[in-house]
Amino acid sequence: MQITGEQTFTPLITAFCCNWCSYAGADLAGTSRLAYPAEVRIIKVPCSCRINPLFVLRAFQKGADGVIICGCHPGDCHYIMGNYYARRRMTLLFSLLDFMGIERGRTHLEWVSAAEGAKFAATMSGFAENIHKLGKNRRLEDLRCKSS
Amino acid sequence: MKRVGVFVCHCGTNIAAAVDVGEVVDKARLERGVVFSAEYPYMCSEAGQTMIANAVKEHNLTGVVVSACSPRMHEVTFRKAAAKIGLNPYMLEMANIREQCSWIHKDKDDATKKAVSLTSAAVAKVHLNTPLFAGESPVTKRALVIGGGIAGISVALDVADAGYDVDIVESTPGIGGRMAQLDKTFPTLDCSACILTPKMVDAATHDNITLHTYSEVESVEGFVGDFTVTIRKKARSVDMKKCTGCGACYDKCPAKKAPSEFEEGLSNRKAIYIPFAQAVPNVPVIDREQCIKFKTGKCGLCETVCAPGAIDFEQQDELVTQKYGAVIVATGFRPIELGKFGEYAPESKDVLTSLEFERITNAAGPTKGALVRLSDGRKPKSITFIQCVGSRDTTPRGKAYCSKICCMYTAKHAMLVKDKYPDIDVNVYYIDVRSPGKNFDEFYRRAAEEYGVNYIKGQVGKVVDMGDHLVLQAADMLDNRQITARTDMIVLATAIEPLKSTKPIASMLTASIDTNGFMTEAHPKLKPVESPTAGVFLAGACHGPKDIPETVAQAGAAAAKVLGLLSKSKLTTNPCVAAADELACNGCSACESVCPYGAIGYEDRQINDHGVRGNQRLAAVNTALCQGCGACAVTCPSGAMDLLGFSNRQILAEVDALCR
Repeated sequence: MQITGEQTFTPLITAFCCNWCSYAGADLAGTSRLAYPAEVRIIKVPCSCRINPLFVLRAFQKGADGVIICGCHPGDCHYIMGNYYARRRMTLLFSLLDFMGIERGRTHLEWVSAAEGAKFAATMSGFAENIHKLGKNRRLEDLRCKSS
Repeated sequence: MKRVGVFVCHCGTNIAAAVDVGEVVDKARLERGVVFSAEYPYMCSEAGQTMIANAVKEHNLTGVVVSACSPRMHEVTFRKAAAKIGLNPYMLEMANIREQCSWIHKDKDDATKKAVSLTSAAVAKVHLNTPLFAGESPVTKRALVIGGGIAGISVALDVADAGYDVDIVESTPGIGGRMAQLDKTFPTLDCSACILTPKMVDAATHDNITLHTYSEVESVEGFVGDFTVTIRKKARSVDMKKCTGCGACYDKCPAKKAPSEFEEGLSNRKAIYIPFAQAVPNVPVIDREQCIKFKTGKCGLCETVCAPGAIDFEQQDELVTQKYGAVIVATGFRPIELGKFGEYAPESKDVLTSLEFERITNAAGPTKGALVRLSDGRKPKSITFIQCVGSRDTTPRGKAYCSKICCMYTAKHAMLVKDKYPDIDVNVYYIDVRSPGKNFDEFYRRAAEEYGVNYIKGQVGKVVDMGDHLVLQAADMLDNRQITARTDMIVLATAIEPLKSTKPIASMLTASIDTNGFMTEAHPKLKPVESPTAGVFLAGACHGPKDIPETVAQAGAAAAKVLGLLSKSKLTTNPCVAAADELACNGCSACESVCPYGAIGYEDRQINDHGVRGNQRLAAVNTALCQGCGACAVTCPSGAMDLLGFSNRQILAEVDALCR
């Protein structure tokens, strides 16, 4: 397979959103018709603290070019303090990934409330733009995992 | 292997216009285990649900994927439909191809590709779904209302009349809230106190209502049907049981310099005081920061004159813990601070906020109802009202939203002035007059046409206090000219915002607030009085700017929802809870330490590990307490703990499918 130029690069972005704030924020972005790039694919989890670092690693292993995690604003977690757990875990994980060569720009943690449809769309657009700039992620991608 | 059916919804043209539904149906059929796939214009309709039911029977489907709108919208609908035909409701998953796809992606190829991908992720997940069964939890037949204004009083009376116990927690010494401060109400010009005070008395004397005034919510634990709330009853320094409300104490109190909260600081109150004459309960409070006895140890005059001996300088805050099935937030609003609005000269005594003006026009107010300039006591010859002060202001100092009530109360104020003093010249500066309520536009037109109130479309840029009069500079946007006008009194229609206490209360209840600090409703159209947190309901201006009729209507709606909840004998619980694999768990306690609900305990159980029997300390999840956040599942070092419905394998399967 020949590697084509930057123009044809369509990144793969996995977004983990908590059910109570950011998934609802994504819904609001949709209802308000606030566009963001189609390469963002959302996985719903009950809380940002449900996101096992393994999920992020797996996404990169399977070829994701960026992983973004969204939760409720500090103090607003539906489960009292789940977003604080997520913040600690992801801070650690993201620096580990950075050490392994996955640029900081490929991972992101953002607080988006249920009322912030516009922020959700802007965050996703900004993140996707960053990934476009960084280009394809090759560090952790396991080519054996690719089906085609 | 499961036999999966995929059902793709057109949602009229909402999905079909941007996504090639046929393509999604065809691609879905290529997914592992998919034995049936179909499309329908409205999958949530009766006919759509029947289509799913028939396909489940005909093709012996053991898993169902519906690619349609957000699961927050219709997951319950489809899961109920699945249950009706004997499929476990948790064998159904949804792919959100409307909010996350058709509504936001213009390019049909991109949108279709994404819809296919999201559908494949749902298929991958459903293969790993297991039947889940909801448990039951009890319902405490008691409601808590936070806030004792017209919203809180209305909810409490409605719920109490239906036979349930209600507690009202009010942070100030008496109930009544903002409405008690108002003189008249629009659009009928009813006397505010005349319609409110009977309600206040009803609430105070109702057998099923307990008032906790001068009290605050200290902490909240638990969940829908079973909240445990601790209320801090601040020390009143007056024994409520002994006090007869005679008023001798505040008549004699020598500390007279405390600004009255009820009068918006326009007059002073004593250190021992009731907020206003018709206060409910009619029991004074000692303001310990103002009281001479508390400051210097000398005085105690109130104690001397109190015949029943109700004064108690030693009184301490009291903590009351009570269980509730439902909580209603009705914390209300306040006008914004005008510190950053220097151009209106808010420091001038003759520049008032509308709420201050309300007190000036009130017969029980600081001027006994006389309309005079507070600087020199003269009757004004001209009054100018300025609308949208801080409202519809996108700069950081202001509020981007419309405060909603100002247009109408300004028309009311203007009309009341003209009614009493036809000789006073009344001008109103406005951006737009918004009058969409029942009889509102007629009311505004009466002010402008019958009463001769002069409405000027334009914004005021500067106000200067000249001592014996004020000068303002404005732009008349219809005439396109600059105005420099002389006036004697200015009333600012100040933007309103939620009380500062709203945020901590929302945090305690794990309910959410929006970017403006107002409480968020669970759905803007379908669940306007419920918060996203089950068992927490909203009433009044804590949820957004509202007038009195709207507040009372919302309070009634919230009461109906509360009654629906309290009338249930049991609630079904969320079955997506944590569970530990006994063969992998080594009893390390990591999960217990992160659980926010104390839902994890340990027990010694005899296990049979591949023929080897032994006693093992194992994590045991109390499913009645577990809320299903998943913190424990991620913390568990041995991978024993997992979350039903969102298991590690299920989420990894979704990741795999989306990253194909």
